[in-house]
Amino acid sequence: MNAPVGAPVRRKEDFRFLTGKGTYTDDINRPGQLYATFVRSPHAHAEMRRIDTGRAKAAKGVVAVYTQADLQAAGLGSLPCGWAVKNKDDSPMAEPPHPVLAQGRVRHVGDPVALVIAESKEASQEAADLVEVDYRPLPAVAGVDDAVKSGRPLVYDTVPGNVCYDWHIGDRAAADAAFAKAAHVTKLDLVNNRLVANPMEPRSYIGEFDRGTGDYTLYTTSQNPHAIRLLMGAFVLHLPEHKLRVVAPDVGGGFGSKIYHYAEEAAVTWAAGQLGRPVKWTAERAESFLSDAQGRDHVSHAELALDKDGKFLGLRVATLANLGGYLSTFAPAVPTYLYATLLAGTYTTPAIYAEVKGVFTHTVPVDAYRGAGRPEASYLVERLVDQAAREMKIDPVELRRRNFIAKDAYPYQTPVALAYDSGDYFTTLDMALKAADYPGFAQRRAAAAQRGKLRGIGVASYIEACGVAPSAVAGALGARAGLYEFGAIRVNPTGSITVLTGSHSHGQSHETTFAQLVSERLGVPIENIDVVHGDSARTPFGMGTYGSRSLPVGGSALVKALDKVVNKGRKIAAHLLEASEADIEFKDGKFTVAGTDRSKAFGEIAFAAYVPHNYPLEELEPGLDETAYYDPKNFTFPSGTHICEVEIDRDTGQVQIVNFTAADDFGRIINPMVVEGQVHGGLAQGIGQALCENCQYDRESGQLLTGSFMDYCMPRADLLPNFSVATHGTLCTHNPLGVKGCGEAGAIGAPGAVMNAVLDALAPLGVRHLDMPATPEKVWRAIVNPTAKAA
Amino acid sequence: MPTVTLTINGKKQTGNVEPRTLLVQFLREQLGLTGTHVGCDTSQCGACVVMIDGYSAKSCTMLATQVDGADITTIEGLAKDGELHPMQAAFREHHGLQCGFCTPGMVMSAVDFANKHKTGAFTEQEIREWLEGNLCRCTGYHNIVKAIKAGTEAMRGGK
Repeated sequence: MNAPVGAPVRRKEDFRFLTGKGTYTDDINRPGQLYATFVRSPHAHAEMRRIDTGRAKAAKGVVAVYTQADLQAAGLGSLPCGWAVKNKDDSPMAEPPHPVLAQGRVRHVGDPVALVIAESKEASQEAADLVEVDYRPLPAVAGVDDAVKSGRPLVYDTVPGNVCYDWHIGDRAAADAAFAKAAHVTKLDLVNNRLVANPMEPRSYIGEFDRGTGDYTLYTTSQNPHAIRLLMGAFVLHLPEHKLRVVAPDVGGGFGSKIYHYAEEAAVTWAAGQLGRPVKWTAERAESFLSDAQGRDHVSHAELALDKDGKFLGLRVATLANLGGYLSTFAPAVPTYLYATLLAGTYTTPAIYAEVKGVFTHTVPVDAYRGAGRPEASYLVERLVDQAAREMKIDPVELRRRNFIAKDAYPYQTPVALAYDSGDYFTTLDMALKAADYPGFAQRRAAAAQRGKLRGIGVASYIEACGVAPSAVAGALGARAGLYEFGAIRVNPTGSITVLTGSHSHGQSHETTFAQLVSERLGVPIENIDVVHGDSARTPFGMGTYGSRSLPVGGSALVKALDKVVNKGRKIAAHLLEASEADIEFKDGKFTVAGTDRSKAFGEIAFAAYVPHNYPLEELEPGLDETAYYDPKNFTFPSGTHICEVEIDRDTGQVQIVNFTAADDFGRIINPMVVEGQVHGGLAQGIGQALCENCQYDRESGQLLTGSFMDYCMPRADLLPNFSVATHGTLCTHNPLGVKGCGEAGAIGAPGAVMNAVLDALAPLGVRHLDMPATPEKVWRAIVNPTAKAA
Repeated sequence: MPTVTLTINGKKQTGNVEPRTLLVQFLREQLGLTGTHVGCDTSQCGACVVMIDGYSAKSCTMLATQVDGADITTIEGLAKDGELHPMQAAFREHHGLQCGFCTPGMVMSAVDFANKHKTGAFTEQEIREWLEGNLCRCTGYHNIVKAIKAGTEAMRGGK
């Protein structure tokens, strides 16, 4: 089938998913498999005086019970943190050890303290109840703003004030000078609510050990299996990589929460080696809530300085970011390099200063969740802009236009480190305004008022930075890994193609979109192209999928490998056609001598490469199998405008989204159907954050109050509208595809648009501020008491 | 251990189960029908939906012994001779799935919706309300709703 780039090709992966033939980790069962259950702390903070495993070990069907004492005796290392942030004074952040099982103290409800392994899942669960832990409960602290106050309980005795790092960016003096000359200053205190990623597939792992070869295999629900192999092998289990295979088969969504190296992965892999049998663990949803890294959770104070015409002069931001009880793999980077560097937004604000404290609390660790830092930045900036517009009585759209970076200003250096390579915020704004019928809003508001409803409209013009890059710069900023990607094009002897990528697809549709790239370049039908990902034994290396990097970084690696295939093919064709290499053209799957009808089909060249009877063996190796690594030169910068229109029921406080419009710039688009799907999903998560999702802990006891889908409100079909989405592409200037990434945009733009709409609807009542989520209760309270400080 | 006999995807299956064995465990662990998924512990997500005697039901909330003698269709039983069922085809056509994990339950719920709307008009809002018991974290439901609309119409056409 012809599957050109830019066509809405239907997905190659769908048949197996639609017929129940996908292979997710929990669908895999290995011969002789044992089952693991983790005993988890019921306390947010406690000293463990004694763990008695005797009764559990004696229970029927139990094979082994392990605690951290066993893992320590075996020499297991600490779960590593992949990004080291520095303090303002250049000293390193606090980096306390993160043992696989809790050691001496537990630091959040759900902290794993023991591992029970038995012949059946039921036996392991029953025996887990027999593990006796003598806890001495200690005072806990859950709120990030609480944790930094003096006299509060410490998560680590070695970390004063619970401050992991106190970091800053920008020019404080320049920002202060801007405020000194401002005609108007807008101030805002904001909470960015904690979220739980909740991919529908819970985490699941199977560790396996081959007693004959000493090889380990881990099946894992991971977004980046090679990174797990590196982190777990080198830092925790001390297994050389050639003895460790990591497989991430079909993975049921990730949204960031499946990036990190988790304790349970290391524990089951190690236990498999100890016992010589496969060990399987699958999280129940309640465990996902207690152990998957969570997202967001900022408390910020922000100030925007403007001149009398509404030009932004300066921005000052102070943010407390909750890191939870342990440092998750990429946690320190999220509220710093992925957040504060985006505070310029789409605007020319000349002076910016931001300080961020990363703070430990007795809660589940926090790390990247869809958008990761960029939704927090975008939300803060877009809320500030709307509030400034309201205070200065300037139309919020007009205020944005006055401050947008000009179309001809690229590359544009922001005051917070990033250099935007391309963009056009005016066009996406205009597209969104038109699609949302912005001029007709006043009439719709009046009509709603007639029906007794409050109607509001909200705009958010976001920017994001995708594909963290380049490796050298990231390394200088504290990244402990490279951020390139691997790609290989294996042309098989009869001309079909096996594509190897280090990206991982867990919903993103790489098996289709990457195949489209290859199909267009080589002229091979898409059904003759298979994309292989997620297995360290099949793909030599990879950095995985997160930060909307798969196409900009992983796709670019494939382009490099394709170039090599075509170049080698040209040499082979020149030999077969007895022509000069310079005269060979490659188009539509044919190598042709320019200006003649003499040509060789791609398949003939592939065959000649593997059956080299007539082949320039003196100059060229046989085979047509090319590998490339691509290290990006810069981030990519998708941007756009989202517009939300809401109606609020005065009696119930229920917010109904009556219209949602997104106009996004993702650069070049490979498959518009897939891109729209990614936008829809991101919007649902962004709207979920704004209207219903909220991960709450009891501030005193640290108990998780929202530990199931009954308490944590996931967006359902009847909460969401149909979305109107459109794209306008300015090409990325520094990657060969001109692509920017589209996976996170919805989650970044939507929260600001929704909350600006809600506040626009409530503004006539005198309501000035609400924090997310705008639940019916919160909105109703604001309606009945508009000037009360919102909870 | 009690014995249960069920007709699953047109085939009679007998197995010994513990009294506490859930239907979804019986399907996944004893029969190897791993297309039916488990996404939560609280009957909220609907990844486990199957058809029991013609009605959609959550297989995580029923004991295997409760459905002794029943006629059950799982996601593996919809496609015939390698051809997608019209509802499956509609999900593919309208990109109603991404990671695929909620998909089996979503498709089974959708088939039940179509069965209950063989004639007469139905609204998009009715589809959204019908999906009250099914969570999807990837698609934002937009394309699922489109797919169910198209799939319902296709099933009416006897396609």
